[in-house]
Parts: sequence; structure tokens; C-alpha cells
Amino acid sequence: MASAHGILPLKLNDLRFDAGGRTIIHGISAQITAGPATIILGANGAGKSVLMRLMHGLLRPTSGSIDWHGQAEPRVRRGQSMVFQRPVMLRRSALDNILYALKLARVPAAERKGIAMEALREVGIADIAHRSARVLSGGEQQRLALARAWALHPEVLFLDEPTANLDPGATREIENVIKAFDASGTKIVMSTHNLGQARRLGDEVLFIHQGRLAEQTPIETFFRQPASAEAAAFVKGELPWV
Amino acid sequence: MNSLGEALRGAVDLLFSGDTTLGGIVALSLAVSLSAVALATLLGLPLGAAIAVGRFRGRRALIVLLNALMGLPPVVVGLLVYLLLSRAGPLGDLGLLFTPPAMVIAQTVLVLPIIAALCRQSVEDAWIEYEEQLRSLGAAGVRAALTLIWDIRFSLVTAVLAGLGRALAEVGAVIIVGGNIDGVTRVMTTTIALETSKGDLPLALSLGFILIALVIMLNAAAHLIKEAAQRRYG
Repeated sequence: MASAHGILPLKLNDLRFDAGGRTIIHGISAQITAGPATIILGANGAGKSVLMRLMHGLLRPTSGSIDWHGQAEPRVRRGQSMVFQRPVMLRRSALDNILYALKLARVPAAERKGIAMEALREVGIADIAHRSARVLSGGEQQRLALARAWALHPEVLFLDEPTANLDPGATREIENVIKAFDASGTKIVMSTHNLGQARRLGDEVLFIHQGRLAEQTPIETFFRQPASAEAAAFVKGELPWV
Repeated sequence: MNSLGEALRGAVDLLFSGDTTLGGIVALSLAVSLSAVALATLLGLPLGAAIAVGRFRGRRALIVLLNALMGLPPVVVGLLVYLLLSRAGPLGDLGLLFTPPAMVIAQTVLVLPIIAALCRQSVEDAWIEYEEQLRSLGAAGVRAALTLIWDIRFSLVTAVLAGLGRALAEVGAVIIVGGNIDGVTRVMTTTIALETSKGDLPLALSLGFILIALVIMLNAAAHLIKEAAQRRYG
């Protein structure tokens, strides 16, 4: 929820990231504010995933800084969660996977089960709470990953191409859950290379081209008249939308 | 000179005679080696996992050392533990030399690097897959290591089995610190060594059969458990 005590806005200041002698992110500056669902759009290899990992704190920038709204580290950590392209589930039941995350977040033991079941119901997989998480289908595992994030009630939810490995049916279900997150007031920051998905879920676009921020624009403007030549080419090249 | 056939017949007779000496030797072997492996597992799994997820100076050297220690010669371990436990040694007051506990200590030292090194490798492989997710959830250090151990527990059975195989099969360490005392510290391998040199091949051979059968059974059981677990947990 956007509040005076929240961790947003997030400010990226001249962010740069090098790996293996190559510069992946070239001086990106941007501000991510509470409210609009932010889509990080770009071709494969543009640096979307790396940018998200920098924001989420999984990677350290080579230079530049990431400033969460003047909050101390533990508060910032608790305020965000991330759903990966390929969810990693522990060898235990779906329910226990969520309980594990709640325990790490120091949620009191007595409250964990109720919160976890509520999260499973929210994403529509309460019926498989006791199945082993690793034997679930890809779509179910991704919904479980969303339930795990839901249970943590993050202020910001990062999603790294959450439907890239899923079939259209599963993709639709995941998108519905993401919309529910958005409606509940969670700030969505999602990377995708799928224009249709960007349009369905996003309010604003950060278009990344070869590690640089080409533009940050509201979604409608982006599709009608992209400001950068790279974005124009990308929108044109990706048609028809899927 | 006994022929192999005679020795085989003798061994089979002995196996089905319900000989109490034989039973005692097998029981002591199992007690010593299983205790040593239990101790080494308790110490080795956390140690291996900590090295796998830790980032500290000298880590690479430690990994090389640990891998090298997998090949520790049992007689050298026996000698070192002997020196520790002998009357004049630093732990001499405990009076453990030539007792089963001394054999457990020696085998624990022998098996610990095997379990720790194999665990380190498995946990490190798993860490590659789990790291981002666990860090995102806020698990690091000891918590992450314990989570990984539990999550790959069925793969770690292999590491523990490798340790058990080593413990049951070695003779050098237990014969030095145990002394191969009849009825007190005599185990399968030390008996085989002794009886072979004395020429009592049926006893040596029957113990050899039991030893091999035990190792096969333990491995088969572990394999079945692992398969069932994989079907259940993925």
C-alpha cells in the first residue's frame, strides 16, 4: 500500500552493472513510484532480468545507487518479494513452502497457517495445499510462487517474466492473479518481452534497449507513439501481439 | 592348502550353524561402523553445507584439502588416534585404547571427510539452483545451509552410504586402535585378516560373504528409499 511509511518511491541513480568484462546495464536512472503497474519491456538480453535483480538486491551495482524511500535495510527487505521466471520450490508440500517463507519473514507461528491457506485460496490452488510442490505442473508451481509472495504482503512485487515458460491457459491464470495483486494495492514491477501482456497488465513502461533506459512512458502513449526509435521498432517488430 | 571349494563349504556350514562367535563379530562391526557413520554424518553434513554456501578466505584450499582427506589411509588415521589415546597421549587418561569407543573415534575421523566432501558437492550444486530464491526469501548462511541439507536429504543418502561402505570395509584403523582382541574388539575385517593368515579360510570367507551381502543390502535399501522419495517429492 502506498503510504508515507512505505519503501516507495524507488530511485535508481546512474545504475551500472558489469559482469564478465561486459557492461550489462549502462547508467540507468529512473524513479519507480507507488501506484501504476510498471512493465520493464525489452528484447531478450536487453538487461531486464539484471535490472530487476539489482532493484531487488540480489545483485550489487558496479556503480550508481538504489535508494528506497529512506528506509533501513530490514524494512526494505520485508517490503518486497520476487517471483522468478522458473519458480524454485522446496521438497515439501505446497503449504509448507509458504509456511517456510512466513517463518523467514518472522510471522508469528500461530498466524502462519491461516495466512498461507488464505494465499493459496487467493490464487486458486487451495485444493493442492498438501501435494508436494515439486511434482506440481509449471502453471501450478508459478501460482504457488505467487501465493508465497501474496502471503508476505509485500509493498512491491517483482515479477521476472513470470509466464515465459507457460502455456496460454496457465498464462491467463497467472495474469489474473497479478491483476488481483495490483487491485489490492501492491506495486507491480514486471519484466516481459510480450507486448500483449504488457498492455493487459501495465500502466507504464520502462523500455530497456541494450542495457540503457530508452524511455519511461505511460502504456497508452508507448503503444501509440513511442518516444524512442528503438521502442518504435520493437513495437512494430513484435506485431501481431500474442 | 585348502581349496576354494572346501573353504566355501565350510563357510556355508558356519553361516547356517548359528555360531555365536560369528554373530558377535558381525554385531560389533555393525555397532562400531554405524556409530562412526552416525557421528560423522552429524558433523559432516553441516560442515559440508557450510563450506558450500559460505564465502570466506581459504575456501578453495579447504575444499581441496577436504577432497584430499577422502583418501586418508586408514592405518595413518589409526596411528594418529592411537597416539592420542595411548597412555602417554593427550587423551590417555580416558583409557579408551583397545576398546570399541576407540574404534568408533578412528572410523569417525576416517569417514568424516568423505561425508563432508560429498555433501559439499551436492549442496553446492543445489545452491546454484536455490540461491536467488532463498536469498529473496531472506535465507542466508546457516539457515540456507540447513534448508538445503533437508531439501536434498535423499541425495545425501549416497554420501552417507559411501561413508558406511568405507567404515565397514576398512581394517587398518580398527586393528591399530582396537587391537583385534578376541570377543572385545574383533570385527569382521580384522577377523578376516587374522584368520586368513592363520589358515582358517572358512571363517574368513564366511565373514567376507556376510560383509559383501550387508553392503549390498544397505545400498539396495537406500536406493529403494531414494526412488520412492523421488516419486513422492520430485
